[in-house]
Amino acid sequence: MSLRIVVCVKYVPDATGDRHFADDLTLDREDVDGLLSELDEYAVEQALQIADEADDAEVTVLTVGPEDAKDALRKALSMGADKAVHVEDDDLHGTDAVGTSLVLARAVEKTGYDLVISGMASTDGAMGVVPALLAERLGVAQVTLLSEVAVEGGVVTGRRDGDTASERVEASLPAVVSVTDQSGEARYPSFKGIMAAKKKPVVSLDLGDLGLDAGEVGLGGAWTVVDSAVQRPARTAGTIVKDEGEGGKRLAEFLAGQKFI
Amino acid sequence: MAEVLVFVDHVDGAVRKPTLELLTLARRIGDPVAVVLGGGAGVAAGVLAEHGAVRVLAADAPEFAEFLVVPKVDALQAAVEVVSPVAVLLPSSAENKEIAARLAVRIGSGIITDATDLEAGEEGVVATQSAFAASFTTKSRVSRGAAVVTVKPNSAPVEAAPAAGVVEELVVVFSALARGTKVLSRTPRESTGRPELTEAAIVVSGGRGVNGAENFRVIEALADSLGAAVGASRAAVDAGWYPHTNQVGQTGKSVSPQLYIASGISGAIQHRAGMQTSKTIVAINKDAEAPIFDLVDYGVVGDLFNVVPQLTDEVTARKN
Repeated sequence: MSLRIVVCVKYVPDATGDRHFADDLTLDREDVDGLLSELDEYAVEQALQIADEADDAEVTVLTVGPEDAKDALRKALSMGADKAVHVEDDDLHGTDAVGTSLVLARAVEKTGYDLVISGMASTDGAMGVVPALLAERLGVAQVTLLSEVAVEGGVVTGRRDGDTASERVEASLPAVVSVTDQSGEARYPSFKGIMAAKKKPVVSLDLGDLGLDAGEVGLGGAWTVVDSAVQRPARTAGTIVKDEGEGGKRLAEFLAGQKFI
Repeated sequence: MAEVLVFVDHVDGAVRKPTLELLTLARRIGDPVAVVLGGGAGVAAGVLAEHGAVRVLAADAPEFAEFLVVPKVDALQAAVEVVSPVAVLLPSSAENKEIAARLAVRIGSGIITDATDLEAGEEGVVATQSAFAASFTTKSRVSRGAAVVTVKPNSAPVEAAPAAGVVEELVVVFSALARGTKVLSRTPRESTGRPELTEAAIVVSGGRGVNGAENFRVIEALADSLGAAVGASRAAVDAGWYPHTNQVGQTGKSVSPQLYIASGISGAIQHRAGMQTSKTIVAINKDAEAPIFDLVDYGVVGDLFNVVPQLTDEVTARKN
């Protein structure tokens, strides 16, 4: 039986760009380039490795986002994913994490899955909650924050490195997995992969296709409200000294003055 | 007065500092009711009462240790049903954020993560957060249900505020998925004797400039002289010089200590995302053009192998 893997990825603003908020306090996507979240590349990589180990597997890459989010799907397809699903709808603008998990859950169910994989967090919102939210929505096990992952005989196992301990964990499929940046370097798309990606199917879905109402998502349907976003004032220029043999001592004087010593 | 649930992080009843900080914030919103899962509730109750817990709801079952996340969600949901709180607060950690997320969907509440401050507002709890590598400060609230909020360590002072802290048993009926993800084995992290990175008042971090695992001894010596935690940049972690659990940055830990000392770290955006909210920032780097110097209160342009040991000696001498 075929192993159906769905990889949830996010199209995010480039962190090296000048990111800021739009007037409605959502992310301003106009002035900064977008790309496939780096942390989701690790998820694509693990999905491809799991698919390689399986007798028969299919990797679908899924995203919820604006038109440009197709770029993120193309990147994942060029790495080797088989097909893509793009959930795109103007009413999705301003959807929060809880709403995103609802959309993802519907899309994953529509696509069909045995295993859902994502990165540990997005590189923009960085909440790290969507995999757990998605598992709750789907009513399946979560096997999250893995630095190692393997699937065999309908069981997923992995290593979860926490603050106080490292754990070996396992769950039966279906399950939601998230992987960390320690799970293994993501491959670069080959020229052949980039060419092949152009011919791979990208299915577009809107809210109606998923049986969702506009009121359940978007800014209006969000369960959280951002009331204000203020740019932090630039730090006032600090004292910078050149070490000419006494740099450590002078630094100690500064720290003593600040009562750290 | 309204009640506020506070999820307690503890090890065998020894309550971790971020939970005590959370009690300070919880008292601004209502009467704190602590939830202690696993053994040691009796031990924890004393400290929680000293810091303002009016009630302590305790549940112990093997499920909390043997299975991932969901049993704790079941317990918090049971606590929400007992108390009907205006807010549920958890110390921010990777696992607690997952617990908060599943709870929020279950009880139909909005969720806010990594808050750095909380206040009671006219329309509910208002949370302060940092966004875009701490270049923005936002104020948010939940518009549906009790506010489920995770709060970063070092967001509030620990304050004594004695309260009754009556211990009550919390009855938890585990859900169908509680035993869904089994913990096969657990290897506790070896204690270094240093403070926990996210909780430490002072953090000393090393980066690419440290140039080797052995050389991290120089960073550790400075940290030990200051009673500080040791951090590392992603470059240092990827090179295998220091464990991933000590990584400060976007894909590692986010820290907000009183003092952050960056040694041999250039200050890429990914690193700044994890330390920019530190109160006082100090950097030592050979490269005068390194972007970290844009953030510092005090910077030394120089070789860390000269500056750091000299600083360590000076700190040790002054402390004696």
